[in-house]
Amino acid sequence: MPSEWIARHDQTVTLKGEWTLANYRHIKAALQQSDTRTEPGKPTDATVSLDAITRLDTAGAILIVELIGVEKAQAVADWAAELPKEQQALLVRIAEAMEAPLDVDPPSYSRINQALASVGQHMVGLWSQQRQLLAFIGLVVATLFQLVLRPRHWRLTATVAHIQQSGLNAVPIVALLTFMVGAVVAFLGATVLQDFGATIYTIDLVAFSFLREFGVLLAAILLAGRTASAFTAQIGAMKSNEEIDALQAQGLDPIELLVLPRVMAMLISLPMLAFVGMLSGLAGGAMVTSLSLDISLTQFLTTLQKDVSVTHFLVGLSKAPVFAFVIAVIGCLEGFKVSGSAQSVGEHTTSSVVQSIFMVILIDAVAALFFMEMGW
Amino acid sequence: MDSDKPTEQNDQPVIKVRGLVNRFGAHVVHENLDLTLERGEILGVVGGSGTGKSVLLRSIVGLKRPNDGTVEVLGTTLNELNEAQRSQIERRFGVLFQRGALFSSLNLQENIALPLIEHARLPREDAEHLARVKLALVGLPPQAALQFPESLSGGMVKRAALARALALDPDILFLDEPTAGLDPIGAAAFDQLLVTLRDALGFSVFLVTHDLDTLYAACDRVAVLSQKRVLVVDTIDKVAETEDEWIQDYFHGPRGRAAQSAHTASSTNAYTQE
Repeated sequence: MPSEWIARHDQTVTLKGEWTLANYRHIKAALQQSDTRTEPGKPTDATVSLDAITRLDTAGAILIVELIGVEKAQAVADWAAELPKEQQALLVRIAEAMEAPLDVDPPSYSRINQALASVGQHMVGLWSQQRQLLAFIGLVVATLFQLVLRPRHWRLTATVAHIQQSGLNAVPIVALLTFMVGAVVAFLGATVLQDFGATIYTIDLVAFSFLREFGVLLAAILLAGRTASAFTAQIGAMKSNEEIDALQAQGLDPIELLVLPRVMAMLISLPMLAFVGMLSGLAGGAMVTSLSLDISLTQFLTTLQKDVSVTHFLVGLSKAPVFAFVIAVIGCLEGFKVSGSAQSVGEHTTSSVVQSIFMVILIDAVAALFFMEMGW
Repeated sequence: MDSDKPTEQNDQPVIKVRGLVNRFGAHVVHENLDLTLERGEILGVVGGSGTGKSVLLRSIVGLKRPNDGTVEVLGTTLNELNEAQRSQIERRFGVLFQRGALFSSLNLQENIALPLIEHARLPREDAEHLARVKLALVGLPPQAALQFPESLSGGMVKRAALARALALDPDILFLDEPTAGLDPIGAAAFDQLLVTLRDALGFSVFLVTHDLDTLYAACDRVAVLSQKRVLVVDTIDKVAETEDEWIQDYFHGPRGRAAQSAHTASSTNAYTQE
């Protein structure tokens, strides 16, 4: 069959025209149509003439080598002397490259085996993740104790910089968020308690919930999203840039230089942010009660002082350092697990946020049970 | 394929840089820089650290907008084109970045197949077949095709990046220090491969390098960047004779002399063999 790229007369196949990448699909189709091969995958027996080829690039050369076979292509100078020297050289180079079999198939297993393997992999991964977390906590605490008595090794500048980034810069968003949640809780309380004529207890509702739970919990969840991800990305980028290796090779301790300043900064920032959250949640509640329930600000404050003991505030605040430690440690550990690729940075950043939010809520639930049993 | 581009003539230079000015704040990198890349030549660009070799490459490829001057590529000024026209021109470039810049979320075969699928519109199967041949062409073993960039050595990354730069059989190849980090054998094979492919495919090469052996083995002309402009462009022997302190140190220092004598020895060998 005549075509733009290939013509056949008895036992002679003439290749012609532009054998380039742009025409790759058409040439391949033409080759299949003209049926020049005796068996698929085997080189043709026919005599091939290349003289009419006007342009040739690597894609075209690959097709020719496939058509005539590697050995014949390497001996191109013997049978196609009219072909320009450069194109001969290209054919020989391509033939050399295609000499070894190029197909490597990944080992394949049945679907059931794959499913079982992936379940197993996930379980093992989960288990080793928890072990790594515990080991890392141990490492951080051990390093912390070693350094407590050696003030020369305290990284004050780094710590203060991290306090600014993760604490001070988060104040507006924490304040705004808790203020709005405070207003919402007050609205809910007002709606429900109105039926019992007990709207005054809205104050207690807001105060209890924010002092014991919401202030610290909201601040912690915000920092888990904001700071744990930042820690992971920072340390992960350093890891893939081999900066961590450089530190270790110089005899410096990455835990001391990178992790402790971040952990200390979180231990200082989160309690303060939790305090800000409590105040601003109360302010949100106070706004709603004074605007829609005719409870004046004075009455709000008096009730607060009379009804709500300081224990609630202390219970709430006591959780902040625990949350801070967990968030910082998970953020840093995930950073150390990053392995080079951009995808890996993304995976571990996601994982650090999910894990730290999960841990914060889990610890909060356990703590709530504990405090209730203790009657605090 | 080129015949339908009326703006382009075959004897015109493929890159024409005129009066280029690049500044970063108060720091002037290029001042009134002129440079021409002829069709089918391999131009080596050398210069001390910080003379703006990579910045020059980036302004030609269109990754950095120059502060002044014109950059004409394949008969058109990139900055004046709209998005679609620009993409048309840009797919005729092949760029090898200094650190490889392979896509880390794709394996090697997918890295090279990506431009083939996106620009040449090949089916995935064909594209991956071509990709495997290109990987073999630059000297990578078949098993490497399924590996991810993070698990490769520096030299393998360089080779894979070259295979990707060559994926679309470009008209202009930009190479930023391609032999840095390769062992001498790999570097020599690279030079040879570059010349073979250039002869066969007729592309032009803009080659930023520090490697004197590459300059002697592969480059038709050498441009020296110094004092914020191109100090001299000529064949390597003429450039080496230029009266300039840096050029003299560069070409006639211990390494320069070694590369020169190695080159002379190998070319006499080649002549006697023929």
